[in-house]
Amino acid sequence: MSEPLLDVAGLSTGYGDSLVLENVSLTIEKGRSLAVLGRNGMGKSTLMLSLMGHLSARSGRISWRGAEITRVAPDDRVKSGLGWVPQGREVFPSLTVDEHLAIAARPGRWTKSRIYEQFPRLAERRRNLGRQLSGGEQQMLAIGRTLMTNPDLLLLDEPLEGLAPVIVKEIASRIRQLMNEEGLTIILVEQHTRFALELTEQVIVLERGRIIHSGTSRALLDDVAALDRLVGMRRLRDHAATHDAE
Amino acid sequence: MVALAPRIPAPSVVARHLFLRRSRWRWEEIAFWLIAAASFFLFPGHHVLITQALISGLFVVSLDLLLGYSGIASMGHAAFFGIGAYTAGILAQQGWGDPLLGLIGGAIVAGAFGALCSLLVARLHGAALLTVTLGIGLLCYELANKWSSLTGGDDGLQGMIVQPVLGLFAFDIDGNVGFIYAFVVIFIFYLLARRLVNSPFGLALTGIRENIRRVPALGISVRFQLMMAFTISAAVAGVAGALLAETTQYVALEVLSFDRSISVLIMLVLGGIGNLVGGMVGAMVFIVARDQLAAVNPVYWNFWLGLILCVVVMSGAGGIVGFLRRLGDRIGNGR
Repeated sequence: MSEPLLDVAGLSTGYGDSLVLENVSLTIEKGRSLAVLGRNGMGKSTLMLSLMGHLSARSGRISWRGAEITRVAPDDRVKSGLGWVPQGREVFPSLTVDEHLAIAARPGRWTKSRIYEQFPRLAERRRNLGRQLSGGEQQMLAIGRTLMTNPDLLLLDEPLEGLAPVIVKEIASRIRQLMNEEGLTIILVEQHTRFALELTEQVIVLERGRIIHSGTSRALLDDVAALDRLVGMRRLRDHAATHDAE
Repeated sequence: MVALAPRIPAPSVVARHLFLRRSRWRWEEIAFWLIAAASFFLFPGHHVLITQALISGLFVVSLDLLLGYSGIASMGHAAFFGIGAYTAGILAQQGWGDPLLGLIGGAIVAGAFGALCSLLVARLHGAALLTVTLGIGLLCYELANKWSSLTGGDDGLQGMIVQPVLGLFAFDIDGNVGFIYAFVVIFIFYLLARRLVNSPFGLALTGIRENIRRVPALGISVRFQLMMAFTISAAVAGVAGALLAETTQYVALEVLSFDRSISVLIMLVLGGIGNLVGGMVGAMVFIVARDQLAAVNPVYWNFWLGLILCVVVMSGAGGIVGFLRRLGDRIGNGR
């Protein structure tokens, strides 16, 4: 077994007096993928914020390539290879697509032209402002902008949230391409349970800030009873219906 | 591949328009600089006034770099303007009267003080930021007032001997050389400011203004960016102050006053925040209007100036330049 790219041990954090994550531990190796599942408000996005340094750890340790980064500033984490696509896209309204990519650019294999190859739709919109893009285009831009930082690990926080089914399919295929063809390591937080489990190799399920399940995505996908217990069958059926409708 | 539903009806036309808007000169910019250049021939008796308006314009541009692009409000920006003016003035008084040396000195000293202040300012926002910048302005004013052996105190700095520009063109009483010298320097700094705001650095500042939490996730240090922006802004304000000192050959204590800090803010709002040329236009309108209104009524001119400000702000976003853009778009669309 190779050395983990990211190693989180006993991480606890929260807001004010409330503890949102409690004693969370996970590891991910280079080129692998991990889904983070759980119902709303169980700490998935808080975990992303903690990994990126936007929320201080109360206890525990985060290691990146063997070095501790628990107290490292968010921008320095990005420079060292952590990339984050936040929930809600958060594109800059008055910057063009081209400018979004320009400000994020760091030396590496991802360049503007490669981003435009991956997302041809963005190439068509390169001179449009962030606020003029559709939800799907904004999501592509959010992913493309993060790729321009040339990350080794990509944290995707609900990339399919609020998108139409046809666009969900497009974004999902791009993420799959990034993993399979580009070999990117990915941590995926997603409400589309089936999509997340089909895409990733490993999975953790959070409930009230604790990991209540950890294993392979395939095994969980095949275990309907466990899925029902952990994330709710209704959600899976809803998303399956969405897939079928496509 | 699945094609995404377009939200904008005619992308090529819109995209071309946006490209032109962002990276090429807009008509208001071209018009402003052509009128400013033409005013040398059109208003030969007002060169001193127009020079002061242009210098104020550069000062406003320096504030626009902060407020318009970085979202940092400053209530004491006159501190950097004044430090630039005193630096150039003291250099000229002490025998180093080369105008370019004065500009460089003003930029360096004001920039260095700005860098020092930025250590504090980049950590603050909201009311704390306004209070601290106000405090910096008041401190500098009182320091200059008390340190009269260096600054001349309330009497102002006198005895400046400014040498001819490039050793060839001596400043004249009609303000002809002063006008051309200031125009060229300000135009160069305008080009530099324009370049800066369209660079990745400037775009990151816009990103900070629009979504400060998102910027660190792009590997950009917000604090460093803001410190750089504050330092650059202070240096540009210092150049404007140095220009005023050189063209008037006198530095009054008023260069550091709270009134000047507020005036520059008013000029920016008047002209339009966040587009550079708005600052130049706002300064020109403010200075000329103040001069004309004071001539009509030397006591109550502030009333009319206040009224103009209210009308401009109430007429829509973007100040005078925003209004002109909307008007231009309407005419362009044939409506």
